[in-house]
Amino acid sequence: MTSARLAVDIGGTFTDLALERDGRRTTVKVLTTPEAPERGVMQGVRTILHRAALGVADLAIVIHGTTLATNAVIERKGARTALVTTDGFRDVLALRNESRYDQYDLNLVLPEPLVPRHLRLPVPERLDNQGRVLLPLDEGAVRALVPVLQRERVESVAIGFIHGFVNPAHERRARDILAAALPDLPITLASDVSPEMREWERFSTAAANAYVQPLMARYLSRLEQELRAEGMRAPLFLMLSGGGLTTVATACRFPIRLVESGPAGGAIFSAHVARECGLDRVLSFDMGGTTAKVCLIDDFRPQTARSFEVARVGRFKKGSGLPLRIPVIEMVEIGAGGGSIARVDALGRITVGPDSAGADPGPACYARGGEHPTVTDANLLLGRYESRRFAGGRFNLDAEAARATLAADIGDRLDLSAEMAALGVIEMVDETMANAARVHAIESGKSYAGRTLIAFGGGGPVHACRVAEKVGIHRVLVPSGAGVGSAIGFLRAPVGYEVVRSLYQRFSTFDVDAVNALLDDMAAEAKSVVVQGSFGAALHETRVAYMRYVGQGHEIAVRLPPHRLTASDVPAIRAAYDDEYTRFYNRPVPGSDVEILSYAVSVATVTDDEPPSPPDAVRHAARPVRTQLVRDTASGEQAEWPVFERAALTPGAVLQGPAIIAEDETSTLVGPSWSALIDGYGYIVLSREAA
Amino acid sequence: MSALREIHRQVMWNRLIAVVEEQAQTMIRTAFSTTVREAGDLSAGIFDVQGRMLAQAVTGTPGHVNSMMESVGHFLAKFPAHTMQPGDHYITNDPWLGTGHLHDLTVVTPAFHRGRMVGLFANTAHVIDVGGLGFGPEGRSVFEEGLYIPIVKCFDRGQPNETFFDFIRAGSRLPVELEGDIFSLCACNEEGARRLAHMLDEFALDGLDDLADFIFASSLRATEAEIAKLPRGTWHAELHSDGYEQPVTLRAALSIDADGIGVDFAGTSGLSQRGINVPAAYCRAYASFGIKVVVAPEVPNNWASLQRFRFAIPEGCILNAPRPYPVSVRHVIGQLLPDLMMGCLHQALPDRVAAEGSSALWNPPLRGGGAVSGQGGGNRRVPADFEIITFNSGGTGARPALDGLDGTAFPSGVRTMPVEATENAAPVVFWRKELRPDSAGAGRTRGGFGQIMEIAAKDDLEFAVNAVFDRVANPPRGRDGGGDGAAGAVALKSGARLRTKGFQIIPEGDRLRLDLPGGGGLGDPATRDPALVARDVRDGLVSAAAARRIYKVALTADGAPDLAATAALRGIPPPM
Repeated sequence: MTSARLAVDIGGTFTDLALERDGRRTTVKVLTTPEAPERGVMQGVRTILHRAALGVADLAIVIHGTTLATNAVIERKGARTALVTTDGFRDVLALRNESRYDQYDLNLVLPEPLVPRHLRLPVPERLDNQGRVLLPLDEGAVRALVPVLQRERVESVAIGFIHGFVNPAHERRARDILAAALPDLPITLASDVSPEMREWERFSTAAANAYVQPLMARYLSRLEQELRAEGMRAPLFLMLSGGGLTTVATACRFPIRLVESGPAGGAIFSAHVARECGLDRVLSFDMGGTTAKVCLIDDFRPQTARSFEVARVGRFKKGSGLPLRIPVIEMVEIGAGGGSIARVDALGRITVGPDSAGADPGPACYARGGEHPTVTDANLLLGRYESRRFAGGRFNLDAEAARATLAADIGDRLDLSAEMAALGVIEMVDETMANAARVHAIESGKSYAGRTLIAFGGGGPVHACRVAEKVGIHRVLVPSGAGVGSAIGFLRAPVGYEVVRSLYQRFSTFDVDAVNALLDDMAAEAKSVVVQGSFGAALHETRVAYMRYVGQGHEIAVRLPPHRLTASDVPAIRAAYDDEYTRFYNRPVPGSDVEILSYAVSVATVTDDEPPSPPDAVRHAARPVRTQLVRDTASGEQAEWPVFERAALTPGAVLQGPAIIAEDETSTLVGPSWSALIDGYGYIVLSREAA
Repeated sequence: MSALREIHRQVMWNRLIAVVEEQAQTMIRTAFSTTVREAGDLSAGIFDVQGRMLAQAVTGTPGHVNSMMESVGHFLAKFPAHTMQPGDHYITNDPWLGTGHLHDLTVVTPAFHRGRMVGLFANTAHVIDVGGLGFGPEGRSVFEEGLYIPIVKCFDRGQPNETFFDFIRAGSRLPVELEGDIFSLCACNEEGARRLAHMLDEFALDGLDDLADFIFASSLRATEAEIAKLPRGTWHAELHSDGYEQPVTLRAALSIDADGIGVDFAGTSGLSQRGINVPAAYCRAYASFGIKVVVAPEVPNNWASLQRFRFAIPEGCILNAPRPYPVSVRHVIGQLLPDLMMGCLHQALPDRVAAEGSSALWNPPLRGGGAVSGQGGGNRRVPADFEIITFNSGGTGARPALDGLDGTAFPSGVRTMPVEATENAAPVVFWRKELRPDSAGAGRTRGGFGQIMEIAAKDDLEFAVNAVFDRVANPPRGRDGGGDGAAGAVALKSGARLRTKGFQIIPEGDRLRLDLPGGGGLGDPATRDPALVARDVRDGLVSAAAARRIYKVALTADGAPDLAATAALRGIPPPM
């Protein structure tokens, strides 16, 4: 019996693996093999087992996350999908919310629905908002679709009816009729995959699930077969976009719930670090080569949401993608990474991104043909990287190429030196990330006061101090092992499942029995998924209600007591709502009733309490290994900054900014008004003196 | 260190745009009216102490933004800056001092830093009810259209003006929502002011004067540079609206010269006796949007970016309605103005302009219950009282390189709400809401398709619509040989036509049927890519007969374009 745990994260370029056994960690990066992703996975598995000197039979659990479903939607490589829907509502996917995501773009392009109109197949039926039948399902019309589906060679079907989430009887009956005639055809019911109000979002989710389902089912069964053929006996789990783990069987049914599993792993990594360090309010900041992602983490749990947009056509513009209503870890992705290209716009303003030079040709300083300045070029020119250590010293950076492109594309046009152009690029990208983080907090009804920023990814530790200053955060933490944060996050995820359902209620007429019946049913469904992989581990159940003042637009999540409700709980729930509301918006609204729109029940294995954190080591002054000329982006002043080797810093080491702490995959910049301490885990803790 | 100062000014400009965006997002989260939270009918901006707009939220709708921009000056004229105190909030819904009708509340809040006033925040939101006749065209003067709020203080140094709130609560059918919305508007401005103070601290500034100069100079320079690239001359266009009691002609002469772009609306029809009249600020708002979206879409909206646009709007024409003419549904005329501007610009810049679209929103204001049907009783059933509006749109005009958008709001920036949400908010059933085949104006690029909506009260009981629809007698026109979009239609399901404007009953057992217009096409349909025509035929949006007759495209038995037969129809050489 062993305790080896393996995580595999398939990303666009790299497949990351992390293996832990007896507290020791091994990590491996291999290239992703997009045509048959299981090949890259198997190669990585063999490599990492070899390095860890283990056999495949030693694995106790394998946890897997993949962007495969997302890529299939972005690249339109999913199944030929039909949508069976209510007569009169054939174009819900095309009409969307009838809006434009950019007011001033006359040449706006909207995302094409995943199901073209000729495969959106209406059948007569209609329910009202309480699920009562206004028009019975025309079963003959459903039967008449069978030859159409055959003729059109449809590979997957979604069924979505208006108000079908309140009463799924028509959707189920339609499924049964189609399944009887076409037993091998995968069928997704909107009322199963996303049982919530709002027909566009629900049908879009159902269509996307149907669209990726055959592909994902094939891939997952191939992968499992290959692992078994190698002798693996351990269970295989899939990482969900909501931050839990689930079985292959459930993943094959609802593959759309896997879309954002990689970034979810990064957020769980942050949440784990937060728990280790006892930080109850955190901003997770993950900056890589093409994008930066921010996520709010309160009480060691990443913020979750129930809506998400995939495949945005308007480059990170909200509203330009396909909506999905599934449990997700809520994060904002900004088109700002090391490879993001900087330029001057028509108004003479420096702008950065969202387009990226990527890995090929990459930034100008890679000297591989990159002709435009990037964030990495600007960092290099300002002395914020140590060029010899960049990417572990695998290749040399060409500072002159960086200088030349910054001068040509920006400096000359604005009458700035190349260095000041570089400073402008960094200030602007930091500002862009900070602005996105602030708007995200507003949309989430949260504030940044008292938060700690946890920085990882190649660029996170470089930009963390300045971004923190801009959003008003005074503490930054840089954990170790940040290069494969998502994969490590997978190892920390609980086995869990979340069920969401709608049930409209008002507090003034709250029906305790109906709510209890619903919640029990939901809990049973969630448990039935979780027990397949929990192996008798203790389970934890949370119940949440989404409520708002009657007439208001956005719901607030309020935790419910973990037991069957009684009438005496109702005033306390109402009070909890008022408290939450006031916390966000300063004042409650007098005289308004509160309505509850939906509930979520999640069941998960209990996350182990962390061992007490290592005692603070004796503080001692760290010693720099050299100095480097750095230009500070806040003051614009250039000075010699001491450089410290992270590997040489031991717990208790303290140092005063400005400084650079160098390591292979990144550098941590300690701003002039910041100081750094190495904690008992070897993490870097940066604090800013009260301004 | 002037280079650093230059960079910081750029950063702060971005920051201001982010701050007002935060303000708009706070409003969407906290507002009560569906018009704000679901439809996004709002705007937010920051102003300097002279009342010049520095930045506006990206989220919002053009009719508000450009008219709110003028509004702040009116607040300062009544309450000079030196009289304003921290914690004060000022409000109005005066159509002539705000954004054009009583349903729009504008709130202005001074922002202080180190004890000194440094700027103002303003926001505007379309609230769901302000009493009166309700949203619709039936008023014969503004006094019938609802509560009239002059510019007053609603909060005095943080304390609510209880007398004001008493009047507000007493005057609305939905007092909780209205009061909640006002609280929300004030809170958003307050949040903006806090964020501004934080920025001034971060950059160690005392005020916004230097930054304002920079923003205005950069924006003006960029707008002037765009205008300088345009041909000089004067171009004329006219456009017809169905009007209320009679058709309305909108006429414009647009001149591009050394001073910028000037528009003269001489020749436009006179005033209506009903609420479709447009206050001048709202006319300027949509006219400048129509110009800017073609000429300088990249320049952020602010006081200076619109300085080079001038408007001459004759007094007493329908685009310059004086008080107290009714103006409740001024959007139905005002939203046609971008089409009119593009009618002029198209002659100067044929490759940058769209064909006409459905343009004016097709929002059906629906009402039912006692106010429509009386008490009921006996065998006569009456639905529960309801009042609801959804925001719907026909097709937009074809673009030079792209088809128009199907069922999408333009120029308005609003969204619609889900049918399921509407049916939960009121006892109505939407039996149909889908694209309208053969409604798109044909062309090399075609217009967007309109939609068909069929609406009933639950159980098919009696209800009413306060119709405010256009482009029924005057469909959206194509350009350069492109066809017109299909005209709209307002009818009972049983067949009888309804008037396009005004309060009308949908009798028990019948339903309201709306056919929303399609957008106009651009260019000769016989030059359209046959594959795109075949796709529309396969999708059931263009009939095979129309494909053959209008697009000159022949299809094979399996629906693919028959290229040889198409070439013959088009009178061009067959493909190799």
